Amino acid sequence: MLHPVPTLKETPSQTAGPYVHIGMTPNWAGIRGVYDADPGATMVSADTPGTRIILSGRIIDGAGVPVSDAVVEIWQADGNGSYGRPVGSSAEARPAFTGWGRQPANGEGEFRFETIKPGPVPGPDGRPMAPHVAVWIVARGINIGLQTRIYFADEEAANARDFVLNRIPDPKRRATLIARKEEGDVPQYRLDIHLQGDSETVFFDM
Amino acid sequence: MNDIILPGDDQGALFARDRSWQPPAYTPGYKSTTFRAPRHALLSLPGTASELTGPTFGDMPLNPLDNDLIRNYSQDGGEAIGQRLIVYGQVLDENARPVPGTLVEFWQANAGGRYRHKREGYLAPLDPNFGGCGRAITDANGFYHFRTVKPGAYPWPNGANDWRPAHIHFSIFGHAFAQRLITQMYFEGDPMIWQCPIVGSVPDKAGITQLIAKLDRHNTTPMDALAYRFDIVLRGRRSTLFENKLEGN
Ligand SMILES: [Fe+2]
Repeated sequence: MLHPVPTLKETPSQTAGPYVHIGMTPNWAGIRGVYDADPGATMVSADTPGTRIILSGRIIDGAGVPVSDAVVEIWQADGNGSYGRPVGSSAEARPAFTGWGRQPANGEGEFRFETIKPGPVPGPDGRPMAPHVAVWIVARGINIGLQTRIYFADEEAANARDFVLNRIPDPKRRATLIARKEEGDVPQYRLDIHLQGDSETVFFDM
Repeated sequence: MNDIILPGDDQGALFARDRSWQPPAYTPGYKSTTFRAPRHALLSLPGTASELTGPTFGDMPLNPLDNDLIRNYSQDGGEAIGQRLIVYGQVLDENARPVPGTLVEFWQANAGGRYRHKREGYLAPLDPNFGGCGRAITDANGFYHFRTVKPGAYPWPNGANDWRPAHIHFSIFGHAFAQRLITQMYFEGDPMIWQCPIVGSVPDKAGITQLIAKLDRHNTTPMDALAYRFDIVLRGRRSTLFENKLEGN
């Protein structure tokens, strides 16, 4: 069996810094007229199939202070568990759901995505993983983007079988990845992400 | 052999990230990491479809000025003030294969070192014709390019008198969400690079050198703009022609 080795080194990461919004959400930052819209700002359109949800929470640092300068990106499957529709392709080919979203945290460290509930995606062993959203967080003071996931509290049976969640033996730590459901006209799922401290979120190297 | 994975196939496993090459989460010289660095070890797991796929931007329509920071925020028809530059480079993976059709975003301070941002308080003035953001999609060979002005160095609250070397921020996607990368580009020959705590978060001097764009006289536009080249390397796919899908993933 061959074990290939990389020939180049990955470019080192550097913090996104406090002014990340200029480059990643310029319209939100008040820089208007350069891009028509901030990329990833809108994930769903009127004809998006699937169950509409609102996914929100706060980013909190190890001192309990909201991380008000973070940018959060999510990547998720569609309602059927499929990935990989091009973002912003031509009007005829434009799919209703790209699976990618980007939102800045607000002054309270709060992020909010209007999206759809993802379907189950096959895991490495071919068995379905529980529905989840892949998350990537950058901010001042984060030297390399943090990878985590958001699962859904109302998927109890699927969560109990999920290969990633089952790699986290401590139930308290596992719970840091599971968003609680709040009823509303549109179902809301909420999860606070703690960068550090007693409730520190599980972050991945995947 | 069945179900061969081709180079660049968008499902193959990635090389594990070399965490000794990347900055650790907590770097005391950069004080903002104190309460923002996770203290638990990262949980290492094989990537799944959720990490090995990612958003694709190859068809995203860009405005013609998206990669021209000298003109894309012009308010009065005039151009941004400062040393005119062309910044270009190739996005590659760790296998030295070009990464085509991927989105590269960049942002920076103006020539005086001032950002157009509500939280920015440096006394250097804003340039009315400079917004500071741009983007490009890499071509079939993985190349991007843009026009801008050289950003100024600026002071920042960290140590008593810390200054950032001139730099441009970059965000790069690749084809897998786990390739996602944010970094900063510095300028060859700048002595301030070596006294910056953010640069110093990178443990290896060779890694820092990878962040320094080289002056490229050959691609200079005569009587107009200097050129700097900045190549970017993203994580590569472990799978090769010799590995089949059943064992490989
Ligand atoms: Fe900066």
